[in-house]
Amino acid sequence: MSRWGMVIDLDRCTGCGACMAACHQENNLTAVGPEESSRDRAFHWLRLLPEVSGSGADVKVRYIPQPCVHCDDPPCVRVCPVHATYLGEEGIVAQIYSRCIGCRYCVAACPYNAKVFNWYEPEWPGDLKRGANPDVSLRGKGVVEKCTFCHHRVVKAREETRAAGREMQDGDVTPACAESCPPRAIVFGDLDDPTSRVSEMTRSPRTFRLHADLGTKPKVYYLAERD
Amino acid sequence: MTRADDIEVTGAGLEFEDRDLLRSVEDSGVGFRVASTLLGLVLLTVWVIFGRQILLGLGVTGLNQPVTWGFYIVNFVFFIGISHAGTLISAILRLSQAEWRRPITRMAEVITVVVLAIGAFHPMLDLGRPERALNIFTAGRLQSPLLWDVSSISAYFMASTVYLYIPMIPDIALLRDRGARPRWLYAFMAWGWQGTTRQQVVIERAVSILMILVIPIAVSVHTVISYIFAMTLQPGWHSTIFGPYFVVGAIFSGIAALMMVMIVLRRIFHLERYLKQVHFDYLSRLLLIMSLLWFYFTFSEYLTAFFGNEPAEMRVFFYKVTGPYAPFFWSMVAANFLVPVVILSFRRTRTIPGIFIASACIVVGMWLERLNIVVPSLANPRLPLPTGYYIPSLVEWVMFAGGIATFILGFVIFARFFPLISVWEIQEGRRLSIAETTERLEGYLPDSLPSSAAQTAAEES
Repeated sequence: MSRWGMVIDLDRCTGCGACMAACHQENNLTAVGPEESSRDRAFHWLRLLPEVSGSGADVKVRYIPQPCVHCDDPPCVRVCPVHATYLGEEGIVAQIYSRCIGCRYCVAACPYNAKVFNWYEPEWPGDLKRGANPDVSLRGKGVVEKCTFCHHRVVKAREETRAAGREMQDGDVTPACAESCPPRAIVFGDLDDPTSRVSEMTRSPRTFRLHADLGTKPKVYYLAERD
Repeated sequence: MTRADDIEVTGAGLEFEDRDLLRSVEDSGVGFRVASTLLGLVLLTVWVIFGRQILLGLGVTGLNQPVTWGFYIVNFVFFIGISHAGTLISAILRLSQAEWRRPITRMAEVITVVVLAIGAFHPMLDLGRPERALNIFTAGRLQSPLLWDVSSISAYFMASTVYLYIPMIPDIALLRDRGARPRWLYAFMAWGWQGTTRQQVVIERAVSILMILVIPIAVSVHTVISYIFAMTLQPGWHSTIFGPYFVVGAIFSGIAALMMVMIVLRRIFHLERYLKQVHFDYLSRLLLIMSLLWFYFTFSEYLTAFFGNEPAEMRVFFYKVTGPYAPFFWSMVAANFLVPVVILSFRRTRTIPGIFIASACIVVGMWLERLNIVVPSLANPRLPLPTGYYIPSLVEWVMFAGGIATFILGFVIFARFFPLISVWEIQEGRRLSIAETTERLEGYLPDSLPSSAAQTAAEES
């Protein structure tokens, strides 16, 4: 059984935001519009977390692409009253949109603010809906959603490899963010496979995870920039 | 504890000593119709606006990311907190055989039931998909603090409703015997009460069981509500003090709300003969103690956070103490501690108007405390995200007004059909309490010497 994880090499990341755009496109995320955005309701499954350090002439900004970190001990799953969010067998923290009652307890409980809520019915102006990804369900108002590690691509890859009569290999599954990243900073794969690229990269001395001290056991690893 | 053969309600005749207590029922007139119509119109507006929220989505509120909970959750905790009025006064005072509780218990129990209904509805206001609320039962996860909440609030609501109704039976029977309209209502609710010995035994037993049962349920309700916050990892929420802190705060706001209700109803329905200065004196002393206790818990909570100097906690701390929430935080301290302690400590200010002001301050202060708990922790995420802000929209204010209007309407309707003070308990008190209390007090005095020693003592003196 796979345990999906991600490694993001911050030395390669340029903060271009292609991953955010790809995620929106792939997962049928609509734009909330400038007015809602200014009311703090910007809607992203993957965000670029700005980290400003230093000051004056030495100020440094780096961008940390942060999706849902798919904790192995997710605080959001613990608090959901209706089992709408759950930890899947392969380590993906998933959401059942049709069961979610929109109480937003998981949104309040997530230490990474990874979950987003549909405050209004998502709008598809004009013909935009025709370009929606048919592999990903559309969500209505009043439900919570978040990054799924492009779970639909995992499913598709599994079906394709099964049809081809072989086992899944490292590199068969690429989420939209990893696929679109120009410097290839985002790598996705099976953490339980010791030969996969992600497993190799997590053995680097530059590895860190966001808020690992909280005991959430996140599966998104970051490689710190070299000096 | 009164003995079985003591419950007897005299007063089927037209005029009797406590006829005043039935005035709200028997002499209700234009006042009731005007009040209920006005409140009804307010509530109609509130429901229309709620309907609009259901149609459009929670976007009509001021909520956002990261401040995903606001007024609805604040008011949820606030209204349920006030429900502890009933438990403390009715159950604890009955249990401790405090005779002065007699004119107060009915109002306290009504507050509890009304306010629990309002509070328990607030999570429905806050759901993104209220039509799926039953998923809580069909797909519920008992591991979630929200489910513990649903369980304990349901238990408390059922227990309080029964605990309100059972001691009301003799009074309902009194009204039935006096021909109050609608007859079917009183005949049905009186449940065949005729004041027989056996019925009296049963009612005594029922009330005794309930008054004990309701206390742990009530304590669990507010503890479990605090667990909704304390069980997350969020700074400012993940604190072990939350359970007792919320219970103390609930009892505190409950007594304050009860005093306000008592003072208002006493004025409107001319109950000065029954709700006397002594009742307010005793309750004010309790309120003063609760204010000091509240301050002790608050001080402990904030000193602990400050002393630990943990970065995420300190962000929340300074957001409240010196940051954008400073006005709300310090108003809360003034309203919950400074003003009430000053007013209630001195006899000169402990007048009925003074007590009303102190209680009103406390009710507002406790609402502010809920606000100070819910929003700052959400507005200060652990990750380096911009600090959130929350400005409640008109919709949320309207819902808040709806909660208050429902509370008032609950009392208006209750007073129209049932006496606000328990008639039979007052009469029982008049008949029995002096003898019983004297007997009890004599039991406290030292035992007399055995007869031979008494003789010796008498000879020597």
